[in-house]
Formats: sequence, structure tokens, C-alpha cells
Amino acid sequence: MTLYGSFTTTHLLYLVMAIGWTLVLSGLAFVLGSIAGFGVMLARISPRPWLRWLAMLYIEGIQGIPLLILLFIVYFGLSVYGFTLPSLVAAGLAMMVYVSAYLGDIWRGCIEAMPKPQWEASECLAMSRWQTLRLVIVPQALRLSLPPTVGFLVQIIKMTSLASVIGFVELTRAGQVINNTIFQPFLIFSLVGAFYFALCYPLSRWSETMEKKLNVANRQA
Amino acid sequence: MSPIVKLDQVYKSFGSNPVLKGVSFEVAKGEMIAIIGASGSGKSTALRCIDRLEHIDRGSIEVCGIRVDDPAIDLKQLRLEVGIVFQSYNLFPHLTVEENIMLALRHVKKQSRSEARETARRVLAQVGLEEKAAAYPEQLSGGQQQRVAIARSLAMSPKVMLFDEVTSALDPQLTGEVLRVMEDLAAGGMTMLLVTHEMAFAKRVADRIIYMHQGKVWEIGPGSMLDDPQTPELRAFLDNGL
Repeated sequence: MTLYGSFTTTHLLYLVMAIGWTLVLSGLAFVLGSIAGFGVMLARISPRPWLRWLAMLYIEGIQGIPLLILLFIVYFGLSVYGFTLPSLVAAGLAMMVYVSAYLGDIWRGCIEAMPKPQWEASECLAMSRWQTLRLVIVPQALRLSLPPTVGFLVQIIKMTSLASVIGFVELTRAGQVINNTIFQPFLIFSLVGAFYFALCYPLSRWSETMEKKLNVANRQA
Repeated sequence: MSPIVKLDQVYKSFGSNPVLKGVSFEVAKGEMIAIIGASGSGKSTALRCIDRLEHIDRGSIEVCGIRVDDPAIDLKQLRLEVGIVFQSYNLFPHLTVEENIMLALRHVKKQSRSEARETARRVLAQVGLEEKAAAYPEQLSGGQQQRVAIARSLAMSPKVMLFDEVTSALDPQLTGEVLRVMEDLAAGGMTMLLVTHEMAFAKRVADRIIYMHQGKVWEIGPGSMLDDPQTPELRAFLDNGL
């Protein structure tokens, strides 16, 4: 059924399906990036100077490289050495590396924002550093880290659009494909933008609300 | 009887600022010692060095036969022997009162949940806060929070308890609550070392009082020494403080 000009329900359905792939890639990047980011955070606050230095090098190195270049390295670069990865896997891996550097740094900040007496009180109860971190520090830092983490999740969703350049058919790529057939760029890309907005706006508002709540709680403390 | 805590010529500096300058004293089992002195005299630093929260530069500290200044010290062993309570309570805000007490019992002493809960209830009863087991720290008054902090330390059954100005942040009524708990502990034979500004309490309850001045033990003696100071510094400190 025609909806507007040559734009039909089939095109609309194709875009809606592509939203699913955008969410799959976002989820993959977030979950894998969170796991790796937790490791980066642990290394960054390690009592071993060489490990802290290595983690800092990783964070600064990755944060200094555009995601697009990371995508090229993983997808095109590795294929030269015989590792030809499906575009979803390549995009997931590149984004995991990118996300881990940012989340590792965000979470390090949250851990370091915990008052030193909390560490001391725990250590004075004969708890090990790992127990202190796991049972006392991380549960408190988690609350502090929620707003910036959700804020970064919004960035991740938008960044998935870059995966279109390695042929992964997510929302942006689906828009390009439809536009190549019916050439209605204003309509199609406005619609694509509206879909991104619909995905990101609730998360942004949630992040803002959490931040406000946290600020109020901190003022009262 | 051999001392349970022994400091011998302890020196400690923060950068170029010397805080402890050859501090020596001993604490016998069951003894209660009050450390008094002006701000910056090194009282709290001495206490923190005993629990190895600060590393000393020179000298030696021995607690329950453990050399605290030994670089290869087993910190877990030391901290099972020594309990410390801070001025700012330092309860874990994300846990209830009972969970605060149970945490180390479960994860350090490896007690079962029911055992840990039983211990928590017992020490809470000891500090008169049994009914607050399910409350969060933010729901308690300062005095109640401090009593929970004492209960949390007590639950670990330490041989020595350190108290670092535990009533400084409390108003007189709440101070009374906490001092009563400490007095009960002292009466029960707990070895205690407390840094305090509560002169009347120190005089009444402590077996000995240590007056620290400029990073040194200036005077040491029974509570009556506050009535008859031997040095002009202690006299001036008491005149200013009382």
C-alpha cells in the first residue's frame, strides 16, 4: 500500500525491521562493552602501577580514535589476515572496544568518587580489597554511575549508524537502501531520524530524571 | 603481664610535617586508655598507625603479638584482633543496620546467615538498638549511628577496640548515649584505647590518661593527673578546654 509518493508499507516494514537490528547491535555493544569496561575499570583502579598505566594507555588510545576507523580496522583490516568477519560481528567487536574505553573511564570516576572512609571502614572489618570493592564500593557507585551510563547508551544507539559503512543493515543502512530505489531522501531520512529520536529520547529523559534525583539525594545527604 | 598494644619510639610524618615524634606507650589487657590533647597533637594518627591505616616511618608497633610495622604483615589477622570506630561512623549507607553488622561476619568470618543474624541481634541488644535492625543508617540519629558502628566492630569479637573521637560530632544528649555504651564495654573488661575530648568521661572511666602534645607523649598517668597537671602544657590545655 502506498503511503506517500513511492513510499509504501513494505518500505516502512523494512525500516521497522531494521530498528530491530539497530537494537541488536546496541545491545551487543553495550553488554560486551560493559563486561570489558568493568575489566578496564578494575585495571584503572588497580594497586599495581603498571596495570593502571596500561589501562590508561588503552582508554586514551581508544578515545583518540574515531569509531569509524575502529570499524574499518576490525572489518577490513582483519580480513587482510584471513579473519573475514560477518558485518554484525565486526561492528559488535569494534563497538565493544570503543564502549569499554568510555564505560571503563566513566565507572572509574564513579568508584573514585566514593568517600575514602567507606574503603577504610570496610578494610578495618578485615575485608579484602576485592570484597570491599564488590560488597561496599560498587553497590554504592552503581547508583552514581546510572545516569552517565544510560546517557552513554543513547550515544551507543546513535553510533550504530556508523556500522552502515561496513554493510550492516541497521536503521541508517535500511534508509539508504530504500532511498536508492525510490529517491525520496527528505522523507526517508526524516523518518529514520524520527525512529532514532523515538529510541533515544525516553532514555535521555530517564537519564536526566535519575541525575536530578541523585543531585537532590546528594544535597540532602 | 605482657602488653597487648605496644608502641616504641614511633615516628610518622606527612610530607615534611612530622606528626609523631618518638611516641612510646603500652596498653595492658583489659585496660582502658584515654588519649587527650589539642588538635594536631598526633592522637588520631597514633590510633590509625595501630590499625595500620597509616604506615609509620620509624619505631615499632606490636598488637596482640603482631608486628604492625612489618611490611609482610597479615592485615586480615591484625584487623580481626583490632576494632576501630571513627568520628564519622562510616556505616555503609546501602545496607540496613543488621546487614552492616552481618557483612563482615558472613564474608570474613564465614558465618552462616542465621549465625551472623544472631550475632548482629546480640551486639545490637548490647548497644540498646535491637529494634533498629531493619533501619537504614540515614534513618538513625548520629548517636544511634555511632552505636551501630560500635556494634559492628564488637560483632567481630576484637581483642582491642580503638575509638577515634567518636562523640565529637554529637550533641551532649547523643554523646551521653555513646559514652554509656563505651563505659559498659570498659566495665566488661574490653581493652580500649580512645581519643577523646570528653575530659570528665576520661577521668571517670579510663585506667590511665595519655596527654599528647606536639607529636609526643607529654604526660601519662591515672585520671587524677587531670587535677594536678605536672606540665604547663597540660595545665594550659585543661584551662582552655574546660
